[in-house]
Amino acid sequence: MMTSLQTQLKYDVEAIRADFPILQRRVNGHPLVYLDNAATSQKPRQVIDALVHYYEFTNANVHRGLHTLAEEATEAYESARAKVARFIGAEPESVVFTRNATEAINLVAYAWGLANLKSGDRIVLTEMEHHSNIVPWQLIARLTGAQLHYVPFTPEGEMDMEALDNALRQEPKLVAIVHVSNVLGTVNPVEEITRKAHAVGAKVLIDGAQAVPHKPVDVTRIGCDFYAFSGHKMLAPTGIGALYARRELLEEMPPFMGGGSMIRRVTHEFSTWADIPTKFEAGTPNIADAIGFGAAVDYLQHVGMEAIRQHEQRLTAEALRLLEAEEDIVVYGPRDPQRRCGLVSFNFKHVHPHDVAQVLDARGIAIRAGHHCCQIIMRRLDVTATARASFYLYNTIEEIHTFVEALDDVRKVFGKYGG
Amino acid sequence: MVDDELYREIILEHYHHPRYKGALPDANLTAEGMNPLCGDELTLYLKTDGDRIVEARFDGRGCSISQASASMLTEAIRGLTVDEAKALLERVKAMLTGSPHEPFDEDDDLSALEGVKKYPVRIKCALLAWTTLEEILHK
Repeated sequence: MMTSLQTQLKYDVEAIRADFPILQRRVNGHPLVYLDNAATSQKPRQVIDALVHYYEFTNANVHRGLHTLAEEATEAYESARAKVARFIGAEPESVVFTRNATEAINLVAYAWGLANLKSGDRIVLTEMEHHSNIVPWQLIARLTGAQLHYVPFTPEGEMDMEALDNALRQEPKLVAIVHVSNVLGTVNPVEEITRKAHAVGAKVLIDGAQAVPHKPVDVTRIGCDFYAFSGHKMLAPTGIGALYARRELLEEMPPFMGGGSMIRRVTHEFSTWADIPTKFEAGTPNIADAIGFGAAVDYLQHVGMEAIRQHEQRLTAEALRLLEAEEDIVVYGPRDPQRRCGLVSFNFKHVHPHDVAQVLDARGIAIRAGHHCCQIIMRRLDVTATARASFYLYNTIEEIHTFVEALDDVRKVFGKYGG
Repeated sequence: MVDDELYREIILEHYHHPRYKGALPDANLTAEGMNPLCGDELTLYLKTDGDRIVEARFDGRGCSISQASASMLTEAIRGLTVDEAKALLERVKAMLTGSPHEPFDEDDDLSALEGVKKYPVRIKCALLAWTTLEEILHK
């Protein structure tokens, strides 16, 4: 592995930026400063080209035809699966393509949850979860009679491990936890949590939507049972994501959706299922975007996930340093950039985050304002919304400075705090 | 800088100094509004005497546009009959959604809300108080 200094010297952010056509755009007369990467990332030319090439050269249905195009499309689709699997340290058979992390979690909830949860069983969630890792379990709890238990986070925005230990003493069937919080930026100790959950016989699902794009992730090392993530947050097109599940679980689980592809034999009364992972991919899949997902993973690997992680930590440290120095701004989440991923949620003490985002947009700066699909976190922080700047491999230190300087425009429109 | 069309001085003035903010203990009509997109919450309190709205107050948390719009609403509907308030409500909704309507005088604070219609995401913020009023009046 490269040392931090070598990585820093090698990291050529301008060369990376040149691969992203959209970064040439001007917005409201200013160069685009895109700091909404936790919502979705921009796409490099290599990913866009992979889509165009597929549609112009290869397009055919997969796992069906005997003609050349069908064979090439199948080969490209399965090779994308192998790339995505390798990227997270998994075997291709353990990776199911889904629309996004949300669909991956719903797949587990309906296929594994309905078959394995019964009345009185406990599901442990955390108050840090995105709605995508709450609502599916509420629906399954209603269908099965299982009970939801939420582990809180500390005032510093870290998982309350003591509360988690207490929750595990009640021997839950499932622990479903976010790897990196999309609001607090906290990186949760998923290896430790998985070990502890397994010790009491619980299965572990990890929502990795904000982790896989930003840091090296190895599901085998984590040891979890299920791991869900989305392509569009990691340079791939929208509409493609993945579920990793341990092979024996995928083999045991009944299908999620029925249809073409996922069967072996269909009779009037019943059917038998295709091998994993095809058993969980009913109907014609999202072939082009899966291939784009493979191209995105190639791109990220070329830059190097450790290098991306370190670059983002430099950006995050700078943003935290500057925002924390402002007396009219509150910053949420852990103070130590090492304990978080590349995003910073904050609020002005006297201005609503929508107004902050609107004023920054006039300067071509894109940030997110809202509850970030985390109304439980908002309630815990006693706010209705926060502003959030989130970074990625193509952002620069200069952009962080432009963003923080533009916050002065907010003070110009809405007045100074206490003034 | 940001477009002055949106953050008109009168909007900022209502935001910084909302007219009738805080609960109305003896309200006989209340409703809660929420914008699920952004989490903004608003409670509207009315006190009526027969057919006439004699007091109106609001409480809640939200952005400058939603708070200013609520403040303007409480000021504008005091003293109106329920039917007059309904007509005003339709006029404001039409202005915000760009439908034909009788325009507001320039010196009417409500006219400042017209700039919001250029910002599709913010129309819901401006409408929040008015849709909450609609819920009360059509109960």
